[in-house]
Amino acid sequence: MSKYIFELKEGLLIAVRALRVNKTRAMLTTLGIIIGICSVALMATVINGIDIAFEKGISSLGSDNLYIDKWSWFTNEEFWKMRNRKNLKLSDYEKYKALAQLPTAIAPTLWNIKKIQFEDNYIEGALVTGTTNDYLDTTNFEFSKGRFFSAIESKSSRDVAVLGSEVADHLFESRNALDEYVKLNGIKYKVVGVLEKQGSNLLGNFNPDKQIYIPIGTVFKHFENASFRSIAIVVRSRNTSMVSATKEEAEGLMRRVRGLRYDEENDFSINQQEGLTRNYDQTVGVIKIAGLFITGLALLVGAIGIMNIMFVSVKERTREIGIRKAIGAKKRTILGQFITESAIICLIGGLIGLILAVLLSMAVDKFLPTSVQFGTVILAIEISLITGVVSGLAPAYSAAKMDPVEALRYE
Amino acid sequence: MNIINIENISRIFQVGSEEVRALDNVSLRIDKNEYVAIMGPSGSGKSTLMNILGCLDTPTSGRYDFKEIDVSDMSDNELAEIRNREIGFVFQTFNLLPRSNAFHNVELPLIYSGIASAKRKEMARETLIDVGLEDRMLHKPSELSGGQRQRVAIARALVTHPSIILADEPTGNLDSKTGEDIMSLFNDIHKKGNTIILVTHEEYIAKRAARIVRLRDGRIEKDEIISN
Repeated sequence: MSKYIFELKEGLLIAVRALRVNKTRAMLTTLGIIIGICSVALMATVINGIDIAFEKGISSLGSDNLYIDKWSWFTNEEFWKMRNRKNLKLSDYEKYKALAQLPTAIAPTLWNIKKIQFEDNYIEGALVTGTTNDYLDTTNFEFSKGRFFSAIESKSSRDVAVLGSEVADHLFESRNALDEYVKLNGIKYKVVGVLEKQGSNLLGNFNPDKQIYIPIGTVFKHFENASFRSIAIVVRSRNTSMVSATKEEAEGLMRRVRGLRYDEENDFSINQQEGLTRNYDQTVGVIKIAGLFITGLALLVGAIGIMNIMFVSVKERTREIGIRKAIGAKKRTILGQFITESAIICLIGGLIGLILAVLLSMAVDKFLPTSVQFGTVILAIEISLITGVVSGLAPAYSAAKMDPVEALRYE
Repeated sequence: MNIINIENISRIFQVGSEEVRALDNVSLRIDKNEYVAIMGPSGSGKSTLMNILGCLDTPTSGRYDFKEIDVSDMSDNELAEIRNREIGFVFQTFNLLPRSNAFHNVELPLIYSGIASAKRKEMARETLIDVGLEDRMLHKPSELSGGQRQRVAIARALVTHPSIILADEPTGNLDSKTGEDIMSLFNDIHKKGNTIILVTHEEYIAKRAARIVRLRDGRIEKDEIISN
């Protein structure tokens, strides 16, 4: 074993010396790997970033929650079928709530997209959720100021509101939003609470911080076509292991509430965050593979470049190889020397590419979420070494099997 | 003690569709501490003979006993080991690694021998001092004169304390004065107990040896001891 380590050390010594001597060529060779590893590493940081952003984004949905809705989040069922379903009504919610035993919290929700104003500031496209005070128990909300609306405020449909962090920041900047009045759909709502910042901006238009919560009664009171729209029902299970039981109970009860016959299909859907994750994994999974494949191609190009240059290097050093063999270098010594040279070039290139990727990811972070993780670093190093060994193999082999007599004659 | 014993060695090369007999049934004995010159015109087979004696090439037929061990059938790796430990080459064109300095060049065979760092540095240093290059050790070949380069090559050949020194036209690329210096050096090396085999086509160089083996057309024409 120690003889092998000795040989490795000596191989490294010879390789490093040889590289130091051919600096320009070594640098050019490295360029291919730098670009290849940089792309792969950058791709990995973006993928990690998207994963983390997604998890943060949907964590605000709650993993123990069920969302009973007319629509299914995933179109396994035909769109027109869902479109023709009866709307869910507040009465459906009330009947379900009266009968359900398993959930710890049930709340109705009605969504709108509206503009919110305060004095001269306004924010467009905020998600307005009309709901009851029970909604709080289906979330993991943390408040930076104030509180959610109370049972009384909820029941009496008071004009109160809870703001998401981005809405509050945008309208009030550094001022205290509490007890101020914001204008929504022509009506003034008193701010009773402001939420902590929750998630990132990843899930497209769904920004959990650009929201406002108001009692559902005020939606029906003040919003024009509220009664023509379908509500959704948020249900919180006692814990994760109870989710499927809660879902079964909900399905049974909703069928009853909606007056379905035993042979009729559900005219509602029960959605879960887990389904979102599965859907995400499938969709994004394909994109990830495609992305890595493409950057992998860049790496392949780099590797081919290295193989090419190593071949040239071997040819140029034919005389040197002959000399080494005459002095007593064995085939495997020559093989080892050139593979080690190739591996070192790729390792150095890989490290440079990695550093470059980390720097670039800071710039890319403005457009896409990125996350540099230790796993990526290890991966980059592994890939560099493997690329080095594999691309160096053929050239090293051709060097090793050179006939010393011929090699010494080479001009 | 017998170092080299070749019997009926032939070496045939395939050149296209033709066969070239570079060596034809050559037999030769060389003992320890001999100083032998192998002479012949161009095409006589002396380079081929040198390559076979130096275990760089294997004969097509015949037997080669090196220190009484049959090497004619040895594998490439085994031959490489023999070259490393037993044979020291000196070439006409020096054949130093151009971008390593003198010290590293002399160290290289010891690295391939697997000798530890401290010991081999000491050995390299000593050998370079022996050939008179004490203050040129860190120079690269391009920074050395022809004579100095050949001394580095000789030091590299000597550093492993080989059984034979094989020199192929060692003064071929040197002027007559420097050539003379190198031949004196070989003299000293011989006096110290080394076995030297010199390949040359120059009569006056061959006469510096104690024995001349003359080749013609792949065969030994004459093998004479000469008085020095």
